[in-house]
Amino acid sequence: MRRFGFLLSVAAFAALILAALFAPVIAPFLPNEPVHAPYAAPGEGGLLGADSLGRDMFSRILFGLRYTLGISLTVSVPAAFTGVSLAFLAAFRRGWTDILLGRLVDAIMSVPQIIFALVVLAVAGVSLVTLIMTMAVLEATLFYRVIRPVAADIVAMDYVEVARLRGEGLGWYLRREILPNAAPTLIAEFGIRIAYAVLFISGLSFLGVGVQPPAADLGGLVRENALAISVGQLSPLAPAACIALITLSVNGIVDWFIHKYSIRAELG
Amino acid sequence: MENTALSIEGLCVNARAPILQDISLHVRRGEIFGVIGESGAGKSTLAMAMVGLLRAGCHRVAGKVTLSGQSLFDLSQLQLEQVRRRKVSYVAQSAAAAFNPFYRLGDQVTELAALELGTPLAERGKMAEGLFRELQLPNPETFGMRYPHQVSGGQLQRAMIAMALINDPDLIIFDEPTTALDVTTQLEVMRLIRKIVTARGCGAVYISHDLAVVAQPADRLMVLRHGKVVETGATRDLMESPAQDYTRALVAAKTTTSPPMHAETSVPIIALRDFAAGYGAVSTVRDINLDLSAGHITCLVGESGSGKTTLARAIAGLVDVHGGTATFQGKPLAPRIESRPREARRRLQYIHQLPDLALNPRQKVREVIGRPLAFFGGETGAAAEERLRKLMRDVELPEDFLDRAPGSLSGGQKQRICIARALAADPEVLICDEVTSALDPLVEESVIQLLLRLMQTRPLTLLFITHNLGLTRRFAHEVAVMQAGRIVEFAPAAQIFAAPQQAYTRTLLGATPMMARGWLEARL
Repeated sequence: MRRFGFLLSVAAFAALILAALFAPVIAPFLPNEPVHAPYAAPGEGGLLGADSLGRDMFSRILFGLRYTLGISLTVSVPAAFTGVSLAFLAAFRRGWTDILLGRLVDAIMSVPQIIFALVVLAVAGVSLVTLIMTMAVLEATLFYRVIRPVAADIVAMDYVEVARLRGEGLGWYLRREILPNAAPTLIAEFGIRIAYAVLFISGLSFLGVGVQPPAADLGGLVRENALAISVGQLSPLAPAACIALITLSVNGIVDWFIHKYSIRAELG
Repeated sequence: MENTALSIEGLCVNARAPILQDISLHVRRGEIFGVIGESGAGKSTLAMAMVGLLRAGCHRVAGKVTLSGQSLFDLSQLQLEQVRRRKVSYVAQSAAAAFNPFYRLGDQVTELAALELGTPLAERGKMAEGLFRELQLPNPETFGMRYPHQVSGGQLQRAMIAMALINDPDLIIFDEPTTALDVTTQLEVMRLIRKIVTARGCGAVYISHDLAVVAQPADRLMVLRHGKVVETGATRDLMESPAQDYTRALVAAKTTTSPPMHAETSVPIIALRDFAAGYGAVSTVRDINLDLSAGHITCLVGESGSGKTTLARAIAGLVDVHGGTATFQGKPLAPRIESRPREARRRLQYIHQLPDLALNPRQKVREVIGRPLAFFGGETGAAAEERLRKLMRDVELPEDFLDRAPGSLSGGQKQRICIARALAADPEVLICDEVTSALDPLVEESVIQLLLRLMQTRPLTLLFITHNLGLTRRFAHEVAVMQAGRIVEFAPAAQIFAAPQQAYTRTLLGATPMMARGWLEARL
């Protein structure tokens, strides 16, 4: 059952990645051209109908997927690297390193994420680069918060003391003693954070400070088509379902990794 | 039949595999029946079956448990609960975990009387006072007003025995009642158990993994292994002429003495002068003058909290040094491990108490032992592989263990891996911090023998921390006795045991259970 869920998740995620990569090839129409009648129903105008300007929804979702997946991955990877490295360092060094990093993270986290992002984007101007950097900083603080106590527990273990007695360098502690033992938490956290990054970028786009029109990510597509709901159209549900699919498939994959990892640790 | 408190006939309990097989025993009134076995022998399952309880997943295949004339497994749930409330008591290993920290001791001890007999509050106070007096607790009139955290571990254990006596039971089951206590406290509790059982004429079952402990109060002994009875008999017979190999090994592990190896006098390899160390501003250990003779085993003994581990960790460079000097072969030893050169770190190795925590669960044995080889010796490739295999042979483990993770090894095997890791650095001094206290007696003995053999083949000096004086007597060259952060006596082992100079040393020695029968009676 677990294996079935995993395979299904892998299949779904792979399909989404392929769809995003080959969007220009697969898409039957250009994403920003009005090719159908406004609010054309599915079947009448393209696979998933058309939006208020008569643009093809299926094509727009394929291109929106590129933005959503592209941004959430480019955000999560450096965010994880920074947040986790600093968390390990704080747990290991303790003292001033720990205090300063901890207060800095507190300061950033004390402002609600979405407000923080809105303020930064309003001041610095909306561009893909500022968007990604802002999100990366915010995500890194969350990684830091979750991983630091995990790392602190590991640092307190006798085997870390054995490494200290031997006189190992920082790299050995972080990579060989702490990282392998923090891995299950880390993988789980990474999966959750990717899913949240997808939701976050979608949320920002929904508010109008994310990806700018005429381009749109999945969240932007939901916003563009939100009004269609009131006239009995289902077009916003398709991009929303896509967001849900990304989140679910990522978590399905992550769950399986965690399970495998913990079994391996028990049996050796 | 009147004389029998408990009888078990042909009891078999299975989970997926058999846990207990064909167990039969009889406990008479006024008698202490000892059950000894290593972990996994089925002691706890047996103890629970004595009150008609089986853990989830276990079921009784055959056999009968009769308590005070009633066959427990034939009773209804309601009748069974009544028997448990009125006829039997259970004293668990950890008194701290058995008491609710938010209620006063007196209320908890007499709770059963209130529930079962409806004893009014005023009488409950008197009842508790009587019991506390019987158990020789200080200020029995007011002892019941205290909360569990306000009394010592030994007092709490006695309060738990008081709780067990509240229903005037026919049978009391003591499940490792003194394992968590210091030797001196352990003696008091054992003494009390013996007295109470004799005075009240109830039956008692005393379960332990330590033969020297259980042999003291018990009239008869049953040796349990892998869920089967190895041997049952009067304690004296069992100790003096054990019929089975396993029992012989158990007795031998506690009584054999190993001859001193290098008895010649030798130069100190590590010397401490007016040494003080501790955490923060407080010096946990002070005024330490200690010489570790090269090639010798120096045992550091004392009760928990006396500073043994702090001293060892200070020598290893893990604790702040507050004063005095430490030298290694005449050269000063930097106080902190971080400021010691690689060579100094190599020559002094530290082995932790709990191998579970000292081995990184995510590293294969090959990496655990291989790292110090590469780190200190710079050995790689075929030469390193050869050293790895030799180290595994040295610690008497199969070579294919190299590719296993620590999680798949037993406690004794893990400790051997830790020893191999320390040896990989080719050290001159080994600090062993209670390295055998988490192991079963026979495994402990095999690790001790391993250390002795290793010392014969290489120039090793051991600082061995332990609270096990029986072990110290058998294997130390020198003994340092610690109390409250100071060394109160430091002398050759023979002298310490034959003619202890300090009162505290005498107390400590007197409290250590000896295999000889009558040892406890002599102390009643």
